[in-house]
Amino acid sequence: MSARVLVGVKRVIDYAVKIRVKPDRTGVVTDGVKHSMNPFCEIAVEEAVKLKEKKLVKEVVAVSCGPQQVQETIRTALAMGADRGIHVEVSGKDYETLGPLQVSKILAALAKKEQADLIILGKQAIDDDCNQTGQMTAALLDWPQRSPEDGTFASEVNIEADKLKVVREIDGGLETIKINLPAVVTADLRLNTPRYATLPNIMKAKKKKIANVKPADLGVDVSSRLEVLKVDEPPQRQAGVKVETVHDLVGKLKEAGRI
Amino acid sequence: MAAAMALVRGVRFGSYSIGRSRSLIFNSLQRRGIAACVDPSIGLTDEQKEFQKVAFDFAANEMAPHMAEWDQKEIFPVEAMRKAAQLGFGGIYVNPDVGGSGLSRLDTSIIFEALSTGCVSTTAYISIHNMCAWMIDTFGNNEQREKFCPDLCSMQKFASYCLTEPGSGSDAASLLTSAKLQGDHYILNGSKAFISGGGDTDVYVVMCRTGEKGPKGISCVVVEKGTAGLSFGKKEKKVGWNSQPTRAVIFEDCAVPVTNRLGAEGEGFSIAMKGLNGGRINIASCSLGAAHASVLLARDHMCVRKQFGETLSNSQEVIIDACVQFLQFKLAEMATKLVASRLLVRQAAVALQEGRPDAVSLCSMAKLFVTDECFAICNQALQIHGGYGYLKDYAVQQYVRDIRVHQILEGTNEVMRMIIARSLLTES
Repeated sequence: MSARVLVGVKRVIDYAVKIRVKPDRTGVVTDGVKHSMNPFCEIAVEEAVKLKEKKLVKEVVAVSCGPQQVQETIRTALAMGADRGIHVEVSGKDYETLGPLQVSKILAALAKKEQADLIILGKQAIDDDCNQTGQMTAALLDWPQRSPEDGTFASEVNIEADKLKVVREIDGGLETIKINLPAVVTADLRLNTPRYATLPNIMKAKKKKIANVKPADLGVDVSSRLEVLKVDEPPQRQAGVKVETVHDLVGKLKEAGRI
Repeated sequence: MAAAMALVRGVRFGSYSIGRSRSLIFNSLQRRGIAACVDPSIGLTDEQKEFQKVAFDFAANEMAPHMAEWDQKEIFPVEAMRKAAQLGFGGIYVNPDVGGSGLSRLDTSIIFEALSTGCVSTTAYISIHNMCAWMIDTFGNNEQREKFCPDLCSMQKFASYCLTEPGSGSDAASLLTSAKLQGDHYILNGSKAFISGGGDTDVYVVMCRTGEKGPKGISCVVVEKGTAGLSFGKKEKKVGWNSQPTRAVIFEDCAVPVTNRLGAEGEGFSIAMKGLNGGRINIASCSLGAAHASVLLARDHMCVRKQFGETLSNSQEVIIDACVQFLQFKLAEMATKLVASRLLVRQAAVALQEGRPDAVSLCSMAKLFVTDECFAICNQALQIHGGYGYLKDYAVQQYVRDIRVHQILEGTNEVMRMIIARSLLTES
């Protein structure tokens, strides 16, 4: 099979870190904070590498958009088994406002340029939780898009005779869907368990190539249509009030305008 | 906090891709919002950071959830260690041509430090296993390397290092286990004490006497489990290091082929000591990992534990201040000593890698300083936990118990002082 897979990987604040809002309320603190690959993206990389091991695809290309630091994330993908990487350079203000629309335009342009047959993305990123990039990319390319794991249990992704075969568990049993390639697949948590990079693979990853590209080279305008007005922490949990009777409860709820 | 989705995945055996148990449960050891001052990834190359990340992830996912159980039930976690070996942790500084990962001593130190946060005892055993694999790789001939190293690197087989005897600990060169040449075999008689892994491991790297008294009469032979005349004592009951069995190893007219001898006759002591230089860095690295984990645990406890109306990390009342501030200062001292220890171990690792003349002394200094300081750090972390620190429900006591022995084995800290003093006083 001569298929080429493009996998998008996003560098996000590590899931175990306690997030803090910047004092000026324009965003969260990212300086000096531990970052790592978005967990959904890890699952996407794992799925792509598994397809390569099954010899259903020929090449896995990892793509990330952002400043110099995203190369770490691309290297992690290479250490997991991706063949080469593409770093789309976006920095400064552009990076702060980079969102699903801009990324999907970039991915669509790259998919055409690299002649990819399949794009695998994480379903969403744990920082903005948008869950839009996969869908937008598919729309821009006019490709079918599927999440093989729409909230149900682990399933399989296979390529059979130029079609993507997706098996997923639904309430009634197993559902098998065939989608025409090229397609976009978004990976949810239970699709697979990402492998650890092995020490030899980490060393091999050093030799794998990461190409640098600018959005302008792809004909993409990364300016944002959105403006973030304010970022706040979730409201502090208020103390509750104890009431004696159901009557009191109803009274209090009415007072608070809840009913 | 990120949504606590407990997704514990089954392990995939057989395939060479190791799935990890993805438990996104809040685990203070995984909390990577740690203060920059004690961040162990500072100053590392990108590649070293990747190695460290794999080791930390493996420790948090595959070891930490089981460390208490392995300790209490005295389980030798063969499956977990084999998973580690599949990632390349079975022969970290062994040559790739026989299955090793071919990394440097510094890379090794970084990896053991990270793994140790998951379970000190298991990591310490893995480091001993690595030391044995390296000795065969470095001093063995091609047949021996090809016979033993691949299985050791994959942990298909496990190794033990046999030097200490009931009558010779610090005075290792006075060992008595004899190896008399008879045709094409050595006949071994004697016994070794305190052997880590003894009885459960497959390959024993044994220092025995083939010649005259003293270090020059000692040779190094590899004895395989199942050899007639090889037996084991009872499993020792220990304060810590319970995930590895410790037994006496007994030789009674045990015939070992001469082809199993590493290097020439009389080179055994030198081989043993060279193995130990690296072993000392590894053990010190294990202590570092425990201390690192303990500092984080102590810090987290202080942010949660309220006394005198405030958490131990804040305090408003001037009178109470002194008591609480004492603890805050203690935490600061612990962090300082942790970072100092880390720098010393990493320097020693580089010196050993480069074969610098000060390498042996530096390894001894690192072992001495780091094992002592890290034990004090873990002990203080236990104190900060108060009564809770004494309960087995809390991990900090296991770190204390597990690293206590690091001040004793691989050369007692007294012997370390001897080595350093000798290097200072005989130079002139």
